[in-house]
Amino acid sequence: MSEKKPIYLDYSATTPIDERVITEMLKYMGPESNFGNPASRSHCFGWVAEAAVETARKQVADLVGANPKEIIFTSGATESDNLAIKGIAHFNHKRGKHIVTCKTEHKAVLDSCRQLEREGYEVTYLDPMSNGLIDLKVLEGALRDDTTLVSIMHVNNEIGVIQDIEAIGKICRERKITFHVDGAQSAGKVDIDLENLPVDLMSFSAHKIYGPKGIGALYVQRKPRVRLEAQMHGGGHERGMRSGTLATHQIVGMGEAFRIAKEEMAVENERLLKLRNKLYDGVKDMEEVYINGDVDHRIAGNINISFNYVEGESLLMALKDLAISSGSACTSASLEPSYVLRALGRNDELAHSSIRFTMGRYTTEEEIDRTIKYVRTAVEKLRELSPLWDMYKAGIDLNSIEWAAH
Amino acid sequence: MAYGEKVLDHYENPRNVGSFENEGNIGTGMVGAPACGDVMKLQIKVSDEGVIEDAVFKTYGCGSAIASSSLLTEWVKGKTLDEAQAIKNTEIAEELALPPVKIHCSVLAEDAINAAIADYRQKNN
Repeated sequence: MSEKKPIYLDYSATTPIDERVITEMLKYMGPESNFGNPASRSHCFGWVAEAAVETARKQVADLVGANPKEIIFTSGATESDNLAIKGIAHFNHKRGKHIVTCKTEHKAVLDSCRQLEREGYEVTYLDPMSNGLIDLKVLEGALRDDTTLVSIMHVNNEIGVIQDIEAIGKICRERKITFHVDGAQSAGKVDIDLENLPVDLMSFSAHKIYGPKGIGALYVQRKPRVRLEAQMHGGGHERGMRSGTLATHQIVGMGEAFRIAKEEMAVENERLLKLRNKLYDGVKDMEEVYINGDVDHRIAGNINISFNYVEGESLLMALKDLAISSGSACTSASLEPSYVLRALGRNDELAHSSIRFTMGRYTTEEEIDRTIKYVRTAVEKLRELSPLWDMYKAGIDLNSIEWAAH
Repeated sequence: MAYGEKVLDHYENPRNVGSFENEGNIGTGMVGAPACGDVMKLQIKVSDEGVIEDAVFKTYGCGSAIASSSLLTEWVKGKTLDEAQAIKNTEIAEELALPPVKIHCSVLAEDAINAAIADYRQKNN
């Protein structure tokens, strides 16, 4: 890394581990610590580790309004998504082989569904509305008698929009269809009360909310009991749903991260919302600036903006003092813009010009002030360079031109 | 992704950014498509002797696309149309040390100069 680190505005990619979390984790690692295997029943090393795991399980459950017995530890949200989707599909294959999900889901969900398609399942990928939210009527219309699973994310990782999982869950309940929610981006950012939500399975990740990487959880509802087929076989850990020695230090870290989130979420959200509004207010007066995704149904720390007539990758390059991500994946040979923005019906130019800013616990107001300055300078510079900007200023409709696609 | 030094130099200090009024001695080439993430507009000012006196560009695209067009405007100045037409994308890619996924940027630059020359010739035929 360079001498001076860029301003980190990519909290939806990952977060640093909170110092308080690190302190807890260190208690379960070294030779003088409680390093035991939680599955060891014959000595105190195991007992202490098991107690720590159960405390963490409760801390995770408490943030999302679940019973600790409903929390299964996994290696992360990707594994949780795989376990939920394949586990439910496989368990119910005699009842039906149809799954419904959305085009804007995370790859962990989409690729699990693709795998099931290769195994002979049928998957419907819903188009979201232009604000990124699911149209409940469209969802209802996609459900069939042989639908066994609906998988919809709570908060989108790119555009930060919050789906109405309560309404979606109700529709699924009426038809006795299992409902899985990817909650990797929502835990600790949105209130979740699984005791009262019609959700059967929910995936969680620790590293998105200041816990360690490599640990996550799957909520599996107990009443009524949701049954799924294990994807990882071995010692029968986690009630047979996920074998493998429990990573005590990781689990403890996840527990502490979730405990802190529960305690600080409300205050943190208020602060983040102010920062987000400040950022947007600082750039919105430039022409042709668009927010991607619904503005109201959105987590506080996310804003995804398209700066029209500026290409995303060059914008990232100009914003080298910011650690951000672009919806444009021009680095691949395919030059595909973000599939999420495409699914919203954003035209290619806007999809190519998008930048995701995600703020978090350590973002300061001063950083946002500098960010605004950097963004304005970069966008103005690149528009000076942009033939599309010239054409826009000259009143030429870009859609009226026959471009030679290459 | 990591960029080479020359790409960064052209990107930070692009040469010959601008536009010419569309007159008889100007050739304009615009190639690419917004949907693909890059559009290059390259213009040349040609003397009566058929020599490129000046060249300007505007590019919507990634850093390598901007650098490719910036470099090309430097190269074509002082060249005859035939000489300019002989510039190959591989020379641009080599000079800028473009990685394989960015070769298309140099191809686009070659297309742009060819389109500008063709436009000039069509007007002055």
